[in-house]
Amino acid sequence: MSYEASALRLQREESKRRVSRRSTIIALGSTVLIGTVIAIVITGAPGFALVRQSFFNPHYARSAFPIVLSGLWLNLRVMIVAEIFVLIFGLLIALARTSRSPIMYPIRLMATIYTDIFRGLPLLLVLLLVGLGVPGLQISWMPNSAVTLGAVSLILTYSAYVAEVIRAGIEAVNPAQRMAGRALGLTQAQVQRHVVLPQALRKVTPPLLNDLVSLQKDSGLISVLGAIDAIRAAGIETAQSFNFTPYLVAGALFVALTIPLTRFTDWLTRKQDVARVQQGQW
Amino acid sequence: MTNRIMTNRIMTNRINSKYAISAVVAALVGSLAVGVTSNVSNAAATCKAGALSTLTPGTLTIGTDDPAYTPWFDSNKPGNGKGFESAVAYAVAKQLGYSNAKVKWVKASFNTVIQPGKKAFDFDINEVSITPERAKAVDFSTGYYDVAQALVTTTKSKIAQAKSIADLANAKLGAAVGTTSYSTITDVIKPKAKPAVFDTNDIATQALINGQIDGLVLDLPTAFYVSAAALKNGLIVGQFAPKAGSEQFGLVLSKGSALTSCVSTAVDALRANGKLKTLAATWLGNTAGAPVLK
Repeated sequence: MSYEASALRLQREESKRRVSRRSTIIALGSTVLIGTVIAIVITGAPGFALVRQSFFNPHYARSAFPIVLSGLWLNLRVMIVAEIFVLIFGLLIALARTSRSPIMYPIRLMATIYTDIFRGLPLLLVLLLVGLGVPGLQISWMPNSAVTLGAVSLILTYSAYVAEVIRAGIEAVNPAQRMAGRALGLTQAQVQRHVVLPQALRKVTPPLLNDLVSLQKDSGLISVLGAIDAIRAAGIETAQSFNFTPYLVAGALFVALTIPLTRFTDWLTRKQDVARVQQGQW
Repeated sequence: MTNRIMTNRIMTNRINSKYAISAVVAALVGSLAVGVTSNVSNAAATCKAGALSTLTPGTLTIGTDDPAYTPWFDSNKPGNGKGFESAVAYAVAKQLGYSNAKVKWVKASFNTVIQPGKKAFDFDINEVSITPERAKAVDFSTGYYDVAQALVTTTKSKIAQAKSIADLANAKLGAAVGTTSYSTITDVIKPKAKPAVFDTNDIATQALINGQIDGLVLDLPTAFYVSAAALKNGLIVGQFAPKAGSEQFGLVLSKGSALTSCVSTAVDALRANGKLKTLAATWLGNTAGAPVLK
């Protein structure tokens, strides 16, 4: 016997459809209204023609685009290499800080000092100290190039932040999990690796991805050491033409670079929330 | 003897008539000059302090960057009148009728100078080169200094012995961002490696000391200062002829500013009466000593 919906159910579904249609129309109307108001306020401003000429000039956008794009390639390379090392070092430092055995005490102490110092030092300062100070020592086997030293500074600073995020995740795992693991006969190290870490890393994926998005943009700061990245390339074009449109082009490219990562973060969080609800955990 | 007296008298008469003619000519020219200058001074009268529409009436507001570098300024104090650009600024102010006490200095970073809209100064003096492209966004006065770009390096560098532009093909050169020094590298020298670009000349100089760049391109007077004072074993490899034939520093004003013509007239007057040359000789010294690299 095939299923036939009852009249009450049909009525309910019809009213739901009606409500949802109305919501869509109201949302559309509200968006159009607010968009129009903003457009009028901006284009009606007395200086708008001048700002459009200086910031939204298509001629300069076209001429600056290839140069800014080639600068962005440097940002990408630094970002990918730095992200990998930041995750590795961050994890090691977090593990050092959350270790419990007394033998590890000096390493725990060093890890604490490291995170305190490098979360306190501004990134720009680390870049100048490492990028200009290390070559100044004239040690022959140390790298000299702006890109390498810049990447090293980024890794040093961001490992401290990521270590703290991962440590928060590790400590947020229910202690009962650890005790259960020990009760099953696993050693501390095995508990850490098989029970605690997988849960901890799953918990801190959104803030971790947040830090990585921030790293994407800070990769441009290595330009202070002489390397030409997207923002520096835009600055060079701006200085030659006295027109600010190249900066807008660089900004648009950065946003385009960041959007995949932010959308992925949202999707991952939503998937994890669904999984958590299904498993009965809140 | 009579002949001699006659000759003398004739000579004297001739000389007298010569004097007379020259006197008449001088009178004519003089009256013409007076006529012309009275016209000019009528126009110039509208360029005097009372008639100029400055930001603050009665005060001339001049902008420059912080830090203000030697030899253009002295000890990062634009107000002390020392340094080439400080002296030129006060000379222009005097030409416009503003005494030293009526001049006010404000800090104006490079980006605030080139941004659209009204500026926070009447004019800005900060080694800004006049280019036609930049002139679309701001007003420039006539040039007050002819610029040459020069290459600074250390005695240990691999390009210390370079004699021509071809010798620099494999060098890693540096320049400050937003300067025509950078365009000199990309348009005139054209080395194989991409140039390194720094925020300030201080960082660039440190990179040169560290050996991270082989040479630094700066304008000639700054190059002389850096190689003598900032580097321990610095030397100037040479200077370059500007791509467009000539490059000049100009005062920067808002686009369409009412003061542009008066300020330009003031600079032209200083150039005509030799004041600019005197100031350059005083503050920028012997800067003709670098060989020209081709």
